[in-house]
Amino acid sequence: MTYHRPSFRHPDLPTNELGHTRQYYEGALSTLCAGCGHDSVSAAIVQACFELAIEPHHVAKLSGIGCSSKTPAYFLNQAHGFNSVHGRMPSVATGANAANRQMAYIGISGDGDSASIGFGQFSHVVRRNLNMLYLVENNGCYGLTKGQDSATADVGSAGKRGIATAFEPIDLCAQALQLGATFVARSFSGDKQQLVPLLKAAITHKGFAFIDVISPCVTFNNTTTSTKSYDHMREHVRQADVVDFVPAEKEITVDYAPGTTKELTLHDGSVIHLTKAQSDLDTSDPHAALNAIHDHKVRGEVLTGLLYLDTELHDFHRVINTMPTPLRDLQEKDLCPGGDVLQGINSGLR
Amino acid sequence: MKPTDTKDPEYFHRVVDCQYACPAHTPVPEYIRLIARGRYSDAYMLNWESNVFPGVLGRTCDRPCEPACRRGRVEEQPVAICRLKRVAADFKDDIKDRLPDITPANGKKIALIGAGPASLTVARDLAPLGYRIDIYDQQKLGGGFMRSQIPSFRLPEEVLNEEVNYILDMGIATHFDTYISSLKSILDKNYDAVFVGSGAPRGRDLAKLPGRQEADANIHIGIEWLANVAFEHTAKIGKNVLVLGGGNTAMDCCRTARRLGGSDVKVVVRSPASEMKASPWEIEDAQHEDIPFYDCHVPLEFVTENGKLVGMHFDKVAAEYDDDGRRQLKSTGEPPVFFPCDDVLLAIGQENAFPWVERDIGIDFGKWDMPVVDEVTFQSSNPKVFFGGDAAFGPANIITAVAHGHQAAVSIDLFCNGQSVTQRPTPGTNLVSQKMGVHEWVYDNQIENSERQIVPLADKACALRDRKLEVELGFNLQTALEEAERCLNCDVQTVFTESACIECDACADICPTSCINFTANGDENDLRSRLNAPATNLEQDLMVSDLLKTERVMVKDENVCLHCGLCAERCPTGAWDMQKFDYSVTQAGQNEIGS
Repeated sequence: MTYHRPSFRHPDLPTNELGHTRQYYEGALSTLCAGCGHDSVSAAIVQACFELAIEPHHVAKLSGIGCSSKTPAYFLNQAHGFNSVHGRMPSVATGANAANRQMAYIGISGDGDSASIGFGQFSHVVRRNLNMLYLVENNGCYGLTKGQDSATADVGSAGKRGIATAFEPIDLCAQALQLGATFVARSFSGDKQQLVPLLKAAITHKGFAFIDVISPCVTFNNTTTSTKSYDHMREHVRQADVVDFVPAEKEITVDYAPGTTKELTLHDGSVIHLTKAQSDLDTSDPHAALNAIHDHKVRGEVLTGLLYLDTELHDFHRVINTMPTPLRDLQEKDLCPGGDVLQGINSGLR
Repeated sequence: MKPTDTKDPEYFHRVVDCQYACPAHTPVPEYIRLIARGRYSDAYMLNWESNVFPGVLGRTCDRPCEPACRRGRVEEQPVAICRLKRVAADFKDDIKDRLPDITPANGKKIALIGAGPASLTVARDLAPLGYRIDIYDQQKLGGGFMRSQIPSFRLPEEVLNEEVNYILDMGIATHFDTYISSLKSILDKNYDAVFVGSGAPRGRDLAKLPGRQEADANIHIGIEWLANVAFEHTAKIGKNVLVLGGGNTAMDCCRTARRLGGSDVKVVVRSPASEMKASPWEIEDAQHEDIPFYDCHVPLEFVTENGKLVGMHFDKVAAEYDDDGRRQLKSTGEPPVFFPCDDVLLAIGQENAFPWVERDIGIDFGKWDMPVVDEVTFQSSNPKVFFGGDAAFGPANIITAVAHGHQAAVSIDLFCNGQSVTQRPTPGTNLVSQKMGVHEWVYDNQIENSERQIVPLADKACALRDRKLEVELGFNLQTALEEAERCLNCDVQTVFTESACIECDACADICPTSCINFTANGDENDLRSRLNAPATNLEQDLMVSDLLKTERVMVKDENVCLHCGLCAERCPTGAWDMQKFDYSVTQAGQNEIGS
């Protein structure tokens, strides 16, 4: 027996500025385990894209291999997609972005795909400040191959096999900060109130936006001894400032109490409101972010929320000075500008 | 909000919209599933126990279930519940061996006045318990207004006879052709209880309208005229007929007139068309037979020439509403409209009449000269006398009369056993998990997208030639199956167990109609304002859980839940389960059966 999702939706679903309901942004029915955190992340992406009123065909979904990398099938059915080789999503994303900078790029990866086999690729795409959302669905284990520890599993954490992890974990947010990422955040699949605004800000951010989403593996790593279980996360999450994303077109009328709220303006004029919560993190200071991550980890806590944002640094295209037109739109006269131009170039090289 | 008490049988009952809306609370989804499985006799018996006349109701019910049907909120059209009921009746096998056994006489005697649906239901419920039942009716056959007022082209006589006879064959003593002119004379016969199910037999007249007397020969009271047609005292009507009134009786009158020689039949109504009382499908059927409707026409006078009716004058009006929404019909000031006619049928309402009930036998009469009857027990102020059907609270419909009959039978049984009629046995309820295995459920949880099937009709020319030719042909088995598959199985309930929930959001993410939410608690208005999808249907409950680990609550808006089971399908811990909810209305003798 199999099962299907009915095609009926709530008859009074709201529409976005494009006139689409949330249904327009859905994908196929998930084949992941029931209760997988990744499905919540997919639902959050659907919600974020709906709220941002992006046309799905202006989005490219890219992924590698793993449970996480299956998920692009479960959101934005009408977007472009590329399910690449294990750990090689960053290369494909770079190529696609180089060819057409006008699309939104959503890369979905996992802890195995990014912190093990694709660690090198991950480092280089951060360095390049490629304009994309790079989202890691981090469950601390290799769910697709029966739940072995991954490189992000905490020392001492034990999944279903019951054997504690022996090695120090790789903290992908810390890595991204050290490699110069311009948007770094951490979140939890079970907290859409935080995740959806973060996703909207990350997709709007012009540059490399990295979100590490702790997303429990309900089958292999949701044990009482795991540090990446639903219960452990709920007990140990500490929120950085609460994020509220206000798109550029909307008049900002939200009235925040002075002294507790900070505004960050993105390239397109959108605004992120940060409302003070449980930390005093300065999101413009990468050292402060690194310290905060470390301090919370020492206390056994997980700091979530927006950790760092730099809206000044130029993205990949500005740095290498490419032309704005997507390659597919270049005409013969653009590509073959004629003998005079060639002569000019040649004489410049003499 | 406080956590929802799902142990209260009424909570899940309300979720089954069709069953809840049905006065007799027939378990609709259950019989539709039986039809889908080809178990027509089982579906029929389930109906028969609940509503006594499945074949009759499958053709003529007022269908309170259909406007309530959840499918009508999810897409445009509700499930054709009524016509599926007819499928069960049409395709059943001989069910006589399934009728209840009659226990030996218990020595109690009950009189039933009137042999309509209410009385027959009382008989059906009490006869098997050993009561001796005497039934009195002025007509020569049982059925009451089902026989006298519903035309044969809507309800064939064989269908009615079959279902009336299932009851009369239980050893009921019938006294037909017997008009009871004195309730006292019945009470004097020392019955243990008397049930009055004599209907609302008096059709309204326009006695004071000018010309009424002169034109009398060609003015007929609708329900009387229909009865005369049914009992074959009347076989003809003039060519030009005006039917006054906008209710279902008017629809039956105009369509019958078309079959008795009325080639130009008009329906003329006082109110605007949108406020006509007739069921939309009956209006449609009349229009299909080329009968025009003239709304906002108030009768002024009957016009006669040489002592014979030649037409009527009407005043054109417009409806105006005051601040309280009360309607007033104001003349437009246009000159009176004249419609020529040979006959007029008055179908402008009917009323109760109790000239045969003495006022000194302990029965109190209240407003509008109606007997004072308890709305739960149907007992009058004379503890021996019970009322039900139209006789109790005024004109309603068959299914309401059946529901009254069941409850009156419970009361009579309690009363005859010396028990209090107010201490009534509770309805029977049960919840059974439908989970069979991985992705397997006992019920068919796949939601079909098909639209409501249309019931085929007999050829119009043939139908108009033959008063007894049934117009609706009913579903065949293929369309019945397709229609049955449209049912959402609302009786398969989403049952939530807080202690098992790990708040992974899987159910909220998968729910196709965004019913499920995890959020901070609040009062109902507050909660409704911040759910994932608009929760504006206040008639539909919110199911609220106890506090979860994160101090949030699970809130489910029942309004457009498809009962598809995906929440339970995607729940890793079994916190959601799909459980079939049975609800059976208390019936007479339930105590004895239960003990």
